[in-house]
Amino acid sequence: MKQRYSIWSLLRGSLSQHEAWPPAWRDTEPRGKYDAIIVGGGGHGLATAYYLAKNHGMANVAVLEKGWLGGGNTGRNTTIVRSNYFFPESARLYDFSLKLYENLSSELNFNIMLSQRGVITLAHSRHDAEIMARAANAMHMNGIDAELLGREAVIERVPLLDTSTAARFPVWGGICQARAGCARHDAVAWGYARAASGLGVDIIQNCEVLGFEYQGSRAVGVKTTCGSIRSDRIGIAAAGHSSVLAALAGFRLPVTSYALQAMVSEPVKPILDTVVLSPATAAYVSQSDKGEMVMGAGLDLFPSYAQRGSFAGTQRTIAGVLELFPSLGRLPLLRQWAGIVDVVNDSSPIIGATPVDGIFINCGWGTGGFKAIPAGGWLFAHILATGRNHDLAEPFQLERFVTGRLIDEAGASGIAH
Amino acid sequence: MMQITCPWCGKCDEWEFEYGGPSGVVRPPLEAPDETWGDYLFFRDNVKGSSVERWRHSYGCGQWFNVERDSVTHRVSAAFRFDESGP
Repeated sequence: MKQRYSIWSLLRGSLSQHEAWPPAWRDTEPRGKYDAIIVGGGGHGLATAYYLAKNHGMANVAVLEKGWLGGGNTGRNTTIVRSNYFFPESARLYDFSLKLYENLSSELNFNIMLSQRGVITLAHSRHDAEIMARAANAMHMNGIDAELLGREAVIERVPLLDTSTAARFPVWGGICQARAGCARHDAVAWGYARAASGLGVDIIQNCEVLGFEYQGSRAVGVKTTCGSIRSDRIGIAAAGHSSVLAALAGFRLPVTSYALQAMVSEPVKPILDTVVLSPATAAYVSQSDKGEMVMGAGLDLFPSYAQRGSFAGTQRTIAGVLELFPSLGRLPLLRQWAGIVDVVNDSSPIIGATPVDGIFINCGWGTGGFKAIPAGGWLFAHILATGRNHDLAEPFQLERFVTGRLIDEAGASGIAH
Repeated sequence: MMQITCPWCGKCDEWEFEYGGPSGVVRPPLEAPDETWGDYLFFRDNVKGSSVERWRHSYGCGQWFNVERDSVTHRVSAAFRFDESGP
């Protein structure tokens, strides 16, 4: 039933007024047993299912989603993809992801609208500029593209910025990763869902996991709102709800769930053709293809499972954005929302085994999970299929919180998230 | 916006306060094994629902105290000093 999308299928579709398109994926009821179960039908879960089928020939796989596909953080982020990280482990991981993104539209036969418009991180002081030079050096050492920009270059690239002498956050320069940019987040979820479904994966929505089933100490299935489903390989990819599932399985994670807000203005004509990020205000801004200004900033810094964010956080975000772009001050907000992100102390993910045999986890992406979807899926599929960590995932194990071998990107990459 | 009743200053808006981790996390003895220290430093219950947390009235009196709060509804059901027992 999977139909190849092309200009010809589009023309064929037009003959029936575009009313005869088949669904992009099969929405199914669960069968009793699978080779692997993925808990969480967001980007990471769907990508995991796709790579299980594609890379490892495991198509007898179910993705269980308690709500609707991509309705969590996958549909709530600000769509930024980049790999401008500091430590070699992170740089390898995120650049692997960005490279997969670069080929994803043709791989999935689904236009994810990747736009490598560059991400510019601003320096607001001499000290910022010095730290940025250090970050650029680290990125070059890691083989990642990075370009230091002087004040004039930033002004030329982003004329919308307030660069007057009265600016509260003066622009000293910045660092640009030209390969970074945006992608359509819903399309990433739908593209992976369609491709996975086409390879035989079962996608089950409105199916919440309520507990796990054991044989001895080994997990052999899940109890869900759709009944019991058996599998001796269970992968959790539940972002902000990772701790909830871990508690059901009887272990804890080094994770705290916070609300991360985002918002968009009403659409306007093109005024910003790159992504601008300011560590000082924590604000980041881009313009969507529809013309909306897409804005976000720091976390609401208290634990939350409410996908709405606090008004104090909204005010802080807007204050930060307006210090950079005062001309946006008269734009009405169109929508504001929040996603629940799984923040780990070192701002690096966890992809691997858990204390419970048969249960694996992919979590801890915190505020930056969207950019990592292809890599997260690829690496998580690898351990689910082979039982061994992929080389890229080896540094990102739970053990690091006992050994102390943290990969502390929180401070190192000098970026808000 | 959340409002929290500081035991010293009374009810104030959320932005005056800072969250400081869950309450009742007990520091292990120095000779405890690495697993215990890792657990103490990093691993959290991260409760979905009601739990007791430590907050500080940073832009007020500067005092630390306990807050019982629901992480889904953000409803604050109690705020009490460290030398008081909660509800």
